[in-house]
Amino acid sequence: MKAISIENISKKYILNHKKKKFQNLKESISGFLGELFTSKDEEEIKEVFWALQNVSFDIEQGDRIGIVGSNGAGKSTLLKILSRITEPTNGQVKVNGRMASLLEVGTGFHPDLTGRENIFLNGAILGMKQQEIKRQFDEIVSFAGIEKFLDTPVKRYSSGMYVRLGFAIAAHLEPEILIVDEVLAVGDSEFQKKCLGKMKDVSSSGRTILFVSHNSTAIQGLCNKAAFLQKGNLVKYGEVGEVLHDYMTSISKFQLQQNWETPDNAPGNDQVRIKNIEVIPEFVNGSKNIDVRTPMKINIEFWNMLESAHLNLSIFLYNMTGECVFNVGSQAKTFSKGLITGILEIPANFLNDGSYYISAMIVKDTADPIYFMEDAISFDVADWREGTNWYGKWPGAVRPINISVKTWKVDGLI
Amino acid sequence: MERNEVVIKAGKSALNYWREVWRQRELFWIIGKRDVMVRYKQTVLGVAWGVIRPLMTALVMVFAFGKIAKLDQDSSIPYMLVVIPGVIIWLFFSQSLSQISNSIVGNGNLVSKVYFPRIIIPFSSLLVGLLDAIIAFLIFFVFCIYYQFFPSWQILLAPIFLILAYLAAFGSGLFASVLNVKYRDIAQIIPFVVQFGYFISPVAYSSERVKNEWWYPIYNLNPVAGAIDGMRWCLLGDFAKFNWPSFISLLIFVIISVLFSIWFFRKNENSFVDHL
Repeated sequence: MKAISIENISKKYILNHKKKKFQNLKESISGFLGELFTSKDEEEIKEVFWALQNVSFDIEQGDRIGIVGSNGAGKSTLLKILSRITEPTNGQVKVNGRMASLLEVGTGFHPDLTGRENIFLNGAILGMKQQEIKRQFDEIVSFAGIEKFLDTPVKRYSSGMYVRLGFAIAAHLEPEILIVDEVLAVGDSEFQKKCLGKMKDVSSSGRTILFVSHNSTAIQGLCNKAAFLQKGNLVKYGEVGEVLHDYMTSISKFQLQQNWETPDNAPGNDQVRIKNIEVIPEFVNGSKNIDVRTPMKINIEFWNMLESAHLNLSIFLYNMTGECVFNVGSQAKTFSKGLITGILEIPANFLNDGSYYISAMIVKDTADPIYFMEDAISFDVADWREGTNWYGKWPGAVRPINISVKTWKVDGLI
Repeated sequence: MERNEVVIKAGKSALNYWREVWRQRELFWIIGKRDVMVRYKQTVLGVAWGVIRPLMTALVMVFAFGKIAKLDQDSSIPYMLVVIPGVIIWLFFSQSLSQISNSIVGNGNLVSKVYFPRIIIPFSSLLVGLLDAIIAFLIFFVFCIYYQFFPSWQILLAPIFLILAYLAAFGSGLFASVLNVKYRDIAQIIPFVVQFGYFISPVAYSSERVKNEWWYPIYNLNPVAGAIDGMRWCLLGDFAKFNWPSFISLLIFVIISVLFSIWFFRKNENSFVDHL
């Protein structure tokens, strides 16, 4: 059964650009007096902006839909239309079932009211009946962990308590369709874990979830389908892995290869010139983008213009913050003039997720760097994990899964 | 669990809208109750302010108009009793007007984050003023006992004038609340209107004093004058005349302004979020 069917939704905004009209006080005064008697519309330039254009897709009951897209793609506009905060310019949406939307935690909290009073206020605003709130009151309080502060005005709450209380109320809404916007961006990691766990519970009970997040790991773990929006258009809708792949590819500004045909324009100097430098991933398990499971090769080719030079190749891997993750070098060998190839193999299950940059250095006589090519290529390692309910950022410069931690029982006494 | 298909598209039917208002009527109490609770939070005297405000207003008026301007000399009943009906209506009207006109902007965080029929917000501001009006009525009864004045049967009609005063505030305040979303100038104008409105309404004197002036018909167009005259007639009985011209102009004002404002509000409520 269809829970939501979105039919040709468009949303138009009209932007007014005001020219800076007056440069000085005299102009301002005369201009202002002039404006009193004339229409000032001429000074404004109107621009039509389509936040969404002809977006259509159907959501089946029980689907968990992730909505992805870069900033300004129309995700929030779509959620606002679905949660009825703003109307579409064209098209219509049919919604079947009780819907609750959570665009912000703690909507309508009044700072002067106590936690107890705000639970009733916020619950009612989100669409709960007073009876339902009373029934779930204790559960909400213990989920938020604010038992001691129930009768304290929420303005004295720490921001963490505030967010926890807000989410706790929303989590107990029990709607058939839940719309969630980026709530995971707030709160500490422990709380994020709790939120995702709660959302998983909700989804396993057969309810429909729409979830907007920049955390593709969370979307991967929680959703079965995804919609990819770009500049107000629906680019792809379907199985979550495929959509995320398209999305990741579209946002990756990474350069997997740099190649030069002749030594004349290639980077380098009169001793060595780079011909080719590239990352060659070996995709396994049917994935189409580099993730933490993907083994890859770094291939570097360079022209050596020196006779019988004692050379070695040194490769640096940097992470996004510019820290060097490792630096490895080849054995120094004596080469005559010609094309030289070097290959570095990065094993599977070694790098953490994130963006990486490769720099290459050619060293003569094991001590004298003759050419250093900085940030030659870059690549992005996507996250992938299983057997965990944790969707936050995995810490560490590397993630060597094969280095295992073993546990066993040594004693029966406690 | 109710199973109903909701269609979201540009422009909804009026019937569905009012049905939804009815379905969410609980929210009216919740938001109204919130405004009442918030009002006296972190005050030492708390609800006592609800007594102090009308009492002080009435005392000052009795002093200024009764003693200094010596209007109490041709009053056959204690001047305090003449002033209180005016104070009840005036405080109720002015407070409701300022609350309603600021209601959408003041609850902008709700309007931009959750959906419910927006008209519930201005409408729920009724409760705050109503509570104060009830307290002011109690003060009136205390003074009745003190002066041994016995109100006549008309006092049963007093709620009608309270409702009419509210509707007058609702009609004008609702219109202002819509404009206020786009033009915050309204937030500047309203306190000003409240301030001078007091001088052109018969708050601290009976409108009979001015009935022989040539501008009296224009004076009667003021809806607050109609409500105060009516309230005074209810509370004082034979000591105040029922003022038909001002009553009729009040009725006309209420009908036109409420209908127009609701139409205007409905027309604009879906674009609130784009301007807040």
